[in-house]
Amino acid sequence: MQSILENPYLIAVLVALVPLVWILPYALFAIWLERKVSAHMQDRLGPMRTGGWHGWAQTIADMIKLLLKEDIIPSKSEKWLFILAPYIVFAGSYAAYAAIPFTSVYIGSNISVGVFYVVAVSSLVVVGILIGGWASNNKWSLLGAMRSAAQIVSYEIPSTLAILTVVMVVGTLNLQEIVKSQEGWFWNWFVFQKFPFLFISFLIYFIASLAEVNRTPFDIPEAESELVAGYHTEYSGMRFAMFFLAEYANMFAVSAVAVSLFFGGWESPFGTALSGPAWGVFWFLSKGLFFIFVQMWLRWTLPRLRVDQLMYTSWKVLMPFAFANIVFIGLWMMFSH
Amino acid sequence: MAEFRTEEMVLNMGPQHPSTHGVLRLEVVLDGEIVVNVVPHIGYLHRCFEKHAEAMTNYQQVIPYVDRMDYVTSMNNDLAYALAVEKLLGIQVPERVSYIRVIMAELNRIASHLIAIGTYGLDIGAFTPFLFCFRDRELILDLFEMTCGARLLYNYIWVGGLSHDLPHGFVEKARAFIKTFRPNIKELNDLLSYNKIFIDRTANVGVLPADVAINYGVTGPMLRASGVRWDLRKNDPYSLYERFDFEIPVGTNDIGVVGDSWNRYMVRVREMEQSLNIIEQALDNLPSGDVKSAIPKRIRPPVGEAYVRSESPKGELGFYVISDGSGSPFRVKARSPSFCNLSALPEISRGAMVADLVAILGSIDIVLGEVDR
Amino acid sequence: MESSEIYEILKNEFGETILEFKRDGVVEPYIVVAPDHIRDIAYFLRDDERLQFTSLMCLSSVDYNDGTLGVVYHLHSMTLGHKIVLKVRVPKEAPHVQSVEAVWKAANWHEREAYDLMGIAFDGHPDLRRILLPYDWEGHPLRKDYKVPEFYNGMKVPY
Repeated sequence: MQSILENPYLIAVLVALVPLVWILPYALFAIWLERKVSAHMQDRLGPMRTGGWHGWAQTIADMIKLLLKEDIIPSKSEKWLFILAPYIVFAGSYAAYAAIPFTSVYIGSNISVGVFYVVAVSSLVVVGILIGGWASNNKWSLLGAMRSAAQIVSYEIPSTLAILTVVMVVGTLNLQEIVKSQEGWFWNWFVFQKFPFLFISFLIYFIASLAEVNRTPFDIPEAESELVAGYHTEYSGMRFAMFFLAEYANMFAVSAVAVSLFFGGWESPFGTALSGPAWGVFWFLSKGLFFIFVQMWLRWTLPRLRVDQLMYTSWKVLMPFAFANIVFIGLWMMFSH
Repeated sequence: MAEFRTEEMVLNMGPQHPSTHGVLRLEVVLDGEIVVNVVPHIGYLHRCFEKHAEAMTNYQQVIPYVDRMDYVTSMNNDLAYALAVEKLLGIQVPERVSYIRVIMAELNRIASHLIAIGTYGLDIGAFTPFLFCFRDRELILDLFEMTCGARLLYNYIWVGGLSHDLPHGFVEKARAFIKTFRPNIKELNDLLSYNKIFIDRTANVGVLPADVAINYGVTGPMLRASGVRWDLRKNDPYSLYERFDFEIPVGTNDIGVVGDSWNRYMVRVREMEQSLNIIEQALDNLPSGDVKSAIPKRIRPPVGEAYVRSESPKGELGFYVISDGSGSPFRVKARSPSFCNLSALPEISRGAMVADLVAILGSIDIVLGEVDR
Repeated sequence: MESSEIYEILKNEFGETILEFKRDGVVEPYIVVAPDHIRDIAYFLRDDERLQFTSLMCLSSVDYNDGTLGVVYHLHSMTLGHKIVLKVRVPKEAPHVQSVEAVWKAANWHEREAYDLMGIAFDGHPDLRRILLPYDWEGHPLRKDYKVPEFYNGMKVPY
């Protein structure tokens, strides 16, 4: 028994499954939350009956329905790529969880290139989307997939530049170290440091991350009213659910990175009060969920940008601001020594 | 340097598509993302209204068919047809009938514009204004249900009068509606009309010059957004519209250019406010009388014809009625505004992008029931 | 401007091709013109300073049930405010009317509809094909002697 538990491979697999324990119930909860948030913003109620109190079991019911659906694969599509695409998208977003610290004693993999790894591996999502759009053998899906690829690749640049400012201030890429250097009360959080430059960094990162996860106002790849459903037009049943799961996992991943970099990660906002390994999980998850709520809020308020306006925003607005930010923070750090 | 030759792709939008406002097929020839040509294919909702009208034995029986042409503004369709037959017969309706017709037509104008605005926001990607507009439209539909029992297709305005008089409590409920609706228009403006992203998507998109518009027979808010101050309620009044005091909103240059999609949208928002003024004035001065006194027992118009047009929310709706002296119509031709407005689509969307095409189509505000009849 | 004055101007300009002026038409007076000169008359009506008929309100096709088909044009001037009704009549066996699409672009779709439902051929129309009915439909439904076909593409039509 002892030797099985000390088996390093088994331990590695168990550690890798821990984020899954969070992601699956979180996805069920987030879909329900989205429906309730959108309903209340639109002056209606949303799910109210399934399961009794405010329809909390609605997502579970939807999952069961999707599991029972007929599995349709278009006959002219590339069958294996068509099947593989949703899993690649999910793998891309799931792999990012490896380097994000949930609490002081748990981080999937405490590598020294933490944030660099997170940014790099979440680009796998583009590959999955492109494969899904092309393998569907449908002009609309292809258009959606190409738009999505262009969008994600363009917005990675301002997002990485914003992350770079925090790395400059801390001096390390390891997310656990970055979170630990924000300990203390909430004014130690990086979003309030070197004001206003790190705050601008946070804004740039947040806007760019909305584009990374294909949420409105950047949801052109799924633009329902234009392209029917973009790159996941031909998907139905569980495969469609997989795309959805990947999208929500991705949303939480970028939200978690924002929280770790700028809002103190798992640190308590009250210094040593209410802190500890278990409290760390609580603070981390609540801050992450708050940003999920903000992402949903924006989705139901704003209209959608057109493709060229989206590119314009990334290359001509966010990038110059991000560059200027790096220069100013560099100067600040130089003169404060 | 060798010239780049890119291939043109033919893309089919519809007939089933979330943004084509009904069963419309747009054959789009694309060069990358730029539209080279758009060919609309209509007729998916053709129900041979004109042939049915000839088969009716009574002019009043055509009214339910007319309802179903532009199904979101049934009152205005009924009104135009009833006016045409009344002109042929040469009868005058009591003043109360005219005032009530004005109230119903203006309420229906607000309902139709709410649908246009809500679905336009939906096309652009803003999901919430759609539900706000439908919430307000429910109040209007409650008023209609109170009066004639139907929510969408009323069969209310008959040749020579109305089918029911206003019920008790209608005037109070209408006034309450006006009171709740005025601040909602301001809320809509804050949420959607002046939103930077919305303006980026719709301003300077699909510009329609005024002379091209008149040549294509474009009428209604689409024409007014191109700067032409032309409204049949003021320029060629019918049903006692000359007694009411209201303004005609016209496209302006303050956001975008005259004739672009943002102006087409904004003219509709402003028209809703003006309609509220008209309804208030009509409610204040409502005369008494019998709404059924002028309805003829048997409608036998003299041999002849009449063309009468009215300002429906989409534009100029005209009915050309030919009578051969018998009780059933010889020929009824409906000139629908959406038919003419849609014919201008290829002209204004050349050179736009696919996303712009959706924005332009939404701003033209067509209803396929009217285009195809 | 009254219809009689418009008739006088047209008569002076076009003479023979203006066939008739029904002064006491119920409800409005109308002018009957020759079908193979309607385009020149239309250009004149649109461009002449005194007339300025810039907008075509409605273009309808009629089956008069006596072996002739007709096209009725309702014209209107936005600047001067007057209206006029023009009519042409053609025999049912050879219904050819000059197209006025070049004068008012609004006529483009209206003439296609008249061709589709009534079978009147408009000479000079750039794109005369069916608009409301399927492209392979046979027959012109709005004619008074129209019989509904039994089968369409293998499907039984009357149910």
